[in-house]
Amino acid sequence: MSVLSIGEYEGTVMDNVERFHGNQLVYINWEKHLFFCAPHAFPLPPDMPFAAFVGELLPATYSAHPDWEKIDWSSVEWLLDGEAFTPDMDASLKDNGVGHKSCLRFTTPGLTGIGGSGS
Amino acid sequence: MSKRLNLKERYKHMTRLGWETTYQSMDDVFPYDTYEGIKVKDWDAWEDPFRMTMDSYWKYQGEKEKKLYAIIDAFAQNNGHTNLSDGRYLNALKLFLQGVTPLEYQAHRGFAHNGRHMRGEGARVACQMQSLDELRHAQTQIHTISHYNKHFNGFHEFPHWHDRVWYLSVPKSFFDDARTAGPFEFMIAVGFSFEYVLTNLLFVPFMSGAAFNGDLSTVTFGFSAQSDEARHMTLGLEAMKFMLEQHEDNVPIVQRWIDKWTWRGYKVLSLIAAMQDYMLPESPMSWKEAWEVYFEENGGALFNDLARYGIRPPKYLEVCAAEKDHLSHQVWGVLYNYAAPAAMHTWIPDDRKLDWLSEKYPDTFDKYYRPRFLHWREMEKQGKRFYNGSLPMLCQLCQIPMAFTEMDDFTQTCFRTSEYKDDKYHFCSDGCKDIFDYEPEKYVQAWLPVHQIYQGNCGGPTLDDVLKWYQFNVGSDNFDYVGSEDEARWNDLQGKGEKPADKSAA
Repeated sequence: MSVLSIGEYEGTVMDNVERFHGNQLVYINWEKHLFFCAPHAFPLPPDMPFAAFVGELLPATYSAHPDWEKIDWSSVEWLLDGEAFTPDMDASLKDNGVGHKSCLRFTTPGLTGIGGSGS
Repeated sequence: MSKRLNLKERYKHMTRLGWETTYQSMDDVFPYDTYEGIKVKDWDAWEDPFRMTMDSYWKYQGEKEKKLYAIIDAFAQNNGHTNLSDGRYLNALKLFLQGVTPLEYQAHRGFAHNGRHMRGEGARVACQMQSLDELRHAQTQIHTISHYNKHFNGFHEFPHWHDRVWYLSVPKSFFDDARTAGPFEFMIAVGFSFEYVLTNLLFVPFMSGAAFNGDLSTVTFGFSAQSDEARHMTLGLEAMKFMLEQHEDNVPIVQRWIDKWTWRGYKVLSLIAAMQDYMLPESPMSWKEAWEVYFEENGGALFNDLARYGIRPPKYLEVCAAEKDHLSHQVWGVLYNYAAPAAMHTWIPDDRKLDWLSEKYPDTFDKYYRPRFLHWREMEKQGKRFYNGSLPMLCQLCQIPMAFTEMDDFTQTCFRTSEYKDDKYHFCSDGCKDIFDYEPEKYVQAWLPVHQIYQGNCGGPTLDDVLKWYQFNVGSDNFDYVGSEDEARWNDLQGKGEKPADKSAA
């Protein structure tokens, strides 16, 4: 439905990729670890290797959690924009299909948060 | 000719807004009151039930002001702030001044617009009166709370913060949305959904919270506003019934607005839920109890009455019902995580408060939330108070960090997404997604604080840059309550602890 208005109505898109100075927005969530109250948002270069994303950005974001060091990365399950996904660690975000405002979610089987509470 | 006019004649002569224009067409004079599709057969069916004229309005409000300002003066002279229950309480007032008082001003602007742009005389007079009330409320709140600004942090730049700081974009965007809608939608958004359906959930926690925590000044401005609020509720209900009675085609339009604005209001109230359960040292009632009394019982009765117009209760009430055991805890988690970029303090509740929460939320608190808080408390004891250092993903619509969970698994973050013109948009709930999907062109314009920071529009790339742009006194306005200047000052006032640094030096 278009906006009811007294004339032509076109909104200015406030978050198109061109506004992020060569970066794209990427969202990331560690599933069932609500110690981190919400998913995170990052402006990232599209050619950032997925390995750097996992090896540098994620530890800086999540290592305060006691489950972090227990993660078995071979068993981690990924979702990209709601679909099951197997990342190629050597490829870039872009070549992995991670686009502007894509949402990555990872589940760490066996790790259920603080006292099993999903925290 | 008699010298004195009776009330009806007097009202007629003192208002007189209802003439048919002749030099210009009525549609040119009132260009905004038809495009929303609301059909009006007879504007005169909307009568102002209060028949308030300006002279009686001034007299009546002037009496109330005299009483209010006498109490505010006495409160200041007697150092009333020293009689609060605890220094933590101040943060509820900060949230009020930063988040709610600017909405009173926005309501003033919105009703002033409606007071010009609805062609019915009764509607226009009522909106003009409410516009004045709202301005008065903003003013009395600022005056009342200014006393606390002399003694504590987190009050000084509230209008500036309202326009910039991430958690305040939640109430701000609500009102921006309402004020950019047409006049009829504004009446449902603010007059009906906010002032009638949800108002108790906003004001009772603050005003009875103030009473329970020794804040006489806030109680007094609450009372001073109360008779106005009764008038506003009447106007909101009357506006809606007018639309429903004028034409049956109006019913689905009004229903959609009720669905939208109840959900919008409910999301804004999630901040109040956290305030109510966590910031009030002495709690008159929990969020869950307030929701049950003021929405489920009172609102249920209201919507039973409205069924005869073909109106059903708002959508997604089952979500609110399931979420009432979780909402305040999840939002407190957000405020705790992001206490660095907030102009108020948060903290881990003490054992007495944790036990109160367990008692009020027996099915959820110990299972989901107590372990999280105890872990954070342990980190704090080790000198590692947890501050989330990465910015959160926000809901495109309500602008709250995506902290809410699925109703069948309260450990699973709720994700909803829409595609519009080659871009993705993310939402915290079906309610927010629905509102976007109906008018995406409006909500692609959202000024999302996190994205704006990343675009370089908020002072610079580092946290310090952003806080400077926010005009925070870093280390005074923000971070945990424990170790804050507010805490030191409060302890000093109570004769315990060390004398705090002079606030003026901060």
